[in-house]
Amino acid sequence: MATKDLKIPLLEELEKGPWPSFVTEIKKSADNPMARDTLRQLEKSYEDKISHWKHGGLVGVMGYGGGVIGRYSDSPEEFPEVKEFHTYRVNQPSGWFYNTEALRTLCDIWEKHGSGLTNMHGSTGDMIFLGSTTEAIEPCFADLTEAGFDLGGSGSDVRTPSCCVGPGRCEWACYDTLDACYDITQEFQDELHRPAFPYKFKFKFSGCPNDCVASIARSDMSVIGTWKDNIQINQDEVANYAKNGVDIEAEICELCPTKCISWNGKTISIDNSNCVKCMHCINVMPKALSPGKERGATILIGAKAPIIGGALLATVFVPFLEMEEGYEDLKELAEALWDFWGEYGKNRERIGEFIQRVGLANFLDEIGLEPIPEMIAHPRTNPYIFFEDELEEEDE
Amino acid sequence: MSTPEIEEVAEAMLELVTVTKGKKNLKAMDLTKAMIEKFGDENVDKKLCKKAIRSLIDSGRCVYSYFGGSYITLPSEETQEG
Repeated sequence: MATKDLKIPLLEELEKGPWPSFVTEIKKSADNPMARDTLRQLEKSYEDKISHWKHGGLVGVMGYGGGVIGRYSDSPEEFPEVKEFHTYRVNQPSGWFYNTEALRTLCDIWEKHGSGLTNMHGSTGDMIFLGSTTEAIEPCFADLTEAGFDLGGSGSDVRTPSCCVGPGRCEWACYDTLDACYDITQEFQDELHRPAFPYKFKFKFSGCPNDCVASIARSDMSVIGTWKDNIQINQDEVANYAKNGVDIEAEICELCPTKCISWNGKTISIDNSNCVKCMHCINVMPKALSPGKERGATILIGAKAPIIGGALLATVFVPFLEMEEGYEDLKELAEALWDFWGEYGKNRERIGEFIQRVGLANFLDEIGLEPIPEMIAHPRTNPYIFFEDELEEEDE
Repeated sequence: MSTPEIEEVAEAMLELVTVTKGKKNLKAMDLTKAMIEKFGDENVDKKLCKKAIRSLIDSGRCVYSYFGGSYITLPSEETQEG
């Protein structure tokens, strides 16, 4: 390992302690000159307390407006191997399922064309390949497409849609998140690769209200699985949970946010008209309870992370949508949103901010949706506070 | 005025990008709005403009650039965001 002559004492501080260290991991690739100069430049950044990366500009593949993020060193004489250090976003498979052959193929392509450093996965969901020269961009893209992969989104376009593992591994999935994510990705290839919006637009698909991809807090169009009928109950299994030590009253009934569950010591009953689909009871007793049989999704619009301005949670636009193959209603809604936002949105204004600016009533009027009581503005006040905390406060 | 061909719209867009170079960065929607104004909304719509932009990009006459947002620029421009 060619790390003996690397002088990076500040970075090496980050190797101490019991937790994983990105410094340790990059050192493993230190035979690659780009990886070495990445560490050397980062050490200089720690010394100077400023970033020595510049980003943006003109890099990409022919015909695409996204997928490659230009990155340059501001000290190319000192760190020549990272003079150009562009990032690829590679569209991940739905649910991040790979076989080992696919992973080997991706790694081989990246070791051939770039630094070999990856981030599996970026926060939007893409596979991230870190560190390419400008010259290597097109050949790498050619190899990726040959292997069946495509670039993801970046800039003012549809960002790479992502979804939870859905029915692939989870019994709570109320619709096929994997299929919906793939279908939407294929349908909106033009919007994904050719930026035409005021700013980014993200789709995220969660199979149930557990919302494992946090779509309610992070996506402009959040598709969360839900059900319309009653929670399915297996009373024998409920009894087994009680027999095996679950305190049904304290752990289920008392923690239900709408107190719609009651327990008589032998069976539970649920007032389903007051259930808000929080999933708590189902999560605690997965063998006894499961979502209803009439399944679909709730569509919420307008969430964003707090990078520019503050965090926004999504607002319910469609309380229940049957997620039938083809997803025509979902596509129609997305296009109606883009039409209005695309024409009147300001530069770098997310659709949630746009809705706040023009007002929800005006927005709904323009896209042709009737207002309904379910269009609650703020399901929770903060994406990082969960029901347990709120209940503890109430108990005090 | 009759409905223009895709290439006619693409050329009008290219002209606009060329004359605004260095003065104003244009997004896809800016070009679309300008074309609807130039040719009239009875002759040009968003779909036609989308095809014209695709023609501009695929032919290499224009490229997408990123300056905090995505813009359509001439390929000779070399700019970076800090």
